[in-house]
Amino acid sequence: MTLLPHKFGPYGGQFVPETLMPALIELEEAFVAARADAAFQTEFNKLMASFVGRPTPLTYARRLSEKLGGAQIYLKREDLAHTGAHKINNALGQALLVKRMGKRRIVAETGAGQHGVASATAAALLGLECVVYMGEVDIARQEPNVFRMKLLGAEVRPVSSGTKTLKDAINEAIRDWVTNVRDTHYLLGSALGPHPYPTIVREFQSVIGREAREQMLLDAGCLPDTVIACVGGGSNAIGVFSGFVNDEQVELIGVEAGGSGIETGKHAARFGDPSRGRVGVIHGTRTYVLQDEDGQIAETHSVSAGLDYPAVGPEHALMRDNERAFYTSATDEEALSAFQTLCHTEGIIPALESSHAVAEVIKKAPTMRKDQVILVNLSGRGDKDLNTVIKELN
Amino acid sequence: MNRIETAFQKKPIFMPYFPLGYPDLETSVNVIEALAKNGADLIEVGLSFSDPLADGPVIQQATQIALEKGITVKKSLEAVKELRNRGVDIPLILMGYYNPMLAYGLERFIRDAVEAGADGFIVPDLPMEESDEFVEATHASPLQPPLIQMLAPTSTDERMEAIARNAKGFIYLVSVTGVTGERREISNDLGELINRVRAHTSAPVCVGFGISTPEQAKQIGQLADGVIVGSSCVKMIGGSPKPVETAKQFAAEFRSALSELRK
Repeated sequence: MTLLPHKFGPYGGQFVPETLMPALIELEEAFVAARADAAFQTEFNKLMASFVGRPTPLTYARRLSEKLGGAQIYLKREDLAHTGAHKINNALGQALLVKRMGKRRIVAETGAGQHGVASATAAALLGLECVVYMGEVDIARQEPNVFRMKLLGAEVRPVSSGTKTLKDAINEAIRDWVTNVRDTHYLLGSALGPHPYPTIVREFQSVIGREAREQMLLDAGCLPDTVIACVGGGSNAIGVFSGFVNDEQVELIGVEAGGSGIETGKHAARFGDPSRGRVGVIHGTRTYVLQDEDGQIAETHSVSAGLDYPAVGPEHALMRDNERAFYTSATDEEALSAFQTLCHTEGIIPALESSHAVAEVIKKAPTMRKDQVILVNLSGRGDKDLNTVIKELN
Repeated sequence: MNRIETAFQKKPIFMPYFPLGYPDLETSVNVIEALAKNGADLIEVGLSFSDPLADGPVIQQATQIALEKGITVKKSLEAVKELRNRGVDIPLILMGYYNPMLAYGLERFIRDAVEAGADGFIVPDLPMEESDEFVEATHASPLQPPLIQMLAPTSTDERMEAIARNAKGFIYLVSVTGVTGERREISNDLGELINRVRAHTSAPVCVGFGISTPEQAKQIGQLADGVIVGSSCVKMIGGSPKPVETAKQFAAEFRSALSELRK
């Protein structure tokens, strides 16, 4: 029996080799104890304020709202968190758990590099050894983040197996973890993987939703009608959604990577492509997975490395089934266009991941009334994507 | 007495692993037949998966090649049937990850596998916590084929007891923390680990992960009821210009290393 619920309806679970089970149990125990420990909470909150710079602001996007001519748009500025994305919230939270468990080494996977940078940062801050696994394809397209990780003292290990992207980086991180599990913690960066990771990651990311809800009430004087976030594994989305999930009137929309278009098969839309996105088991969890008829995991494509992953966090699968949240997708082209729009209208360079959420705002806002409000979670900043964007725009 | 019980009449037994479809389907069937007829007491027949997270580089590469050459679950089960047609009569345990089995349909997979001639299953990403669904599905088959339970050096006594209590067939004891692959030395703590397992079960205890030479097999055979050899088997045979000949030799050497211990 687990201390916390280990499933989200039929999704989630702990599909890992026996070698790792005791580590998952230990992690769950440490997390449950830390959550009840006022000293831990104080330390975490203090770091969130003094190191991460929380609360991150809520920005009213005046010119974007005017340009689209419909709903009023607010941006939750996770791009202004230290290291440039929401990933730091979870990385610091887990790194504090690592200290609590008495382990000295962390391994992490990274796609866009944001979680890798966040993990390297947390490791430097807390004096932990850090190894980050990153697919060779992602290393090529997110070079600035590779340098940042190295500068922060982490070792970046290129992954050349499989599709050489996030999925394979997770495989390698798990292989390292299973080998060194006695002194190593796997600092998983998204709301994925075996229990208790999806719950832990949501809890550490729920600060986004808590702050945003308070800020909306204070700044806009109302709750948003719609909350929009991009969904790779789904950690920024689950973080912001968690603040509004009990406000039944608030519509929650997750945006997957539509890649070159669903019809081309080159995408990462697990919910968006029912012919290949079916319930299965990958990386320790049962959820919607892009796969072929034989159960082999499909190759995915997205211009944004952080969304280029064949499975979605199990809690999103449940929220989708019970229609508490709705999921749609934006193509590479729509995301790149949204990227430019936000640069021009608001003076904000968003991450390509977050640009998928902005793309949905651009589609949705004009269909809404002017007295309606959209909150979009701007999960990260786009400095890391400049090379990709320059290449794509030429 | 079923095939697995028969295989454990004399111990320790030799249990090689080889994936179907590597280096191609026909060769893999010939290799498994050769292993079976030259000294293997039980074979772990590998089903390929795109993301084998418990495997080291050798098995990763082999199963990747098998997939590139077009191996599927269906073709794998047909190959098992072919092995039975060729008179292979030792236990064949299918070893594979969970997702392809789910995609095939769990009950259908177990039924078709048993019909083809499989005797049991090893699913490395299915710990005790998640195995009910699979075990229930095996109950639909008259043979009630076992889901082989795995134990690891990190398993607590509490877990060992709970897992061993329901063990059927044999226990697969992972000798080291880590992924599959050859290792130069056998852990000094292995004897103690095996004793811990034996305190909880009378089922045969077989040891795998990292065993690569007949000498190591002999060393482990003194402690365990079975010796599982995976990566080294795949590497030797897969890398050979004459895979079937190498398989015969490989099986004979390991079997001979264990033979003086067998009783």
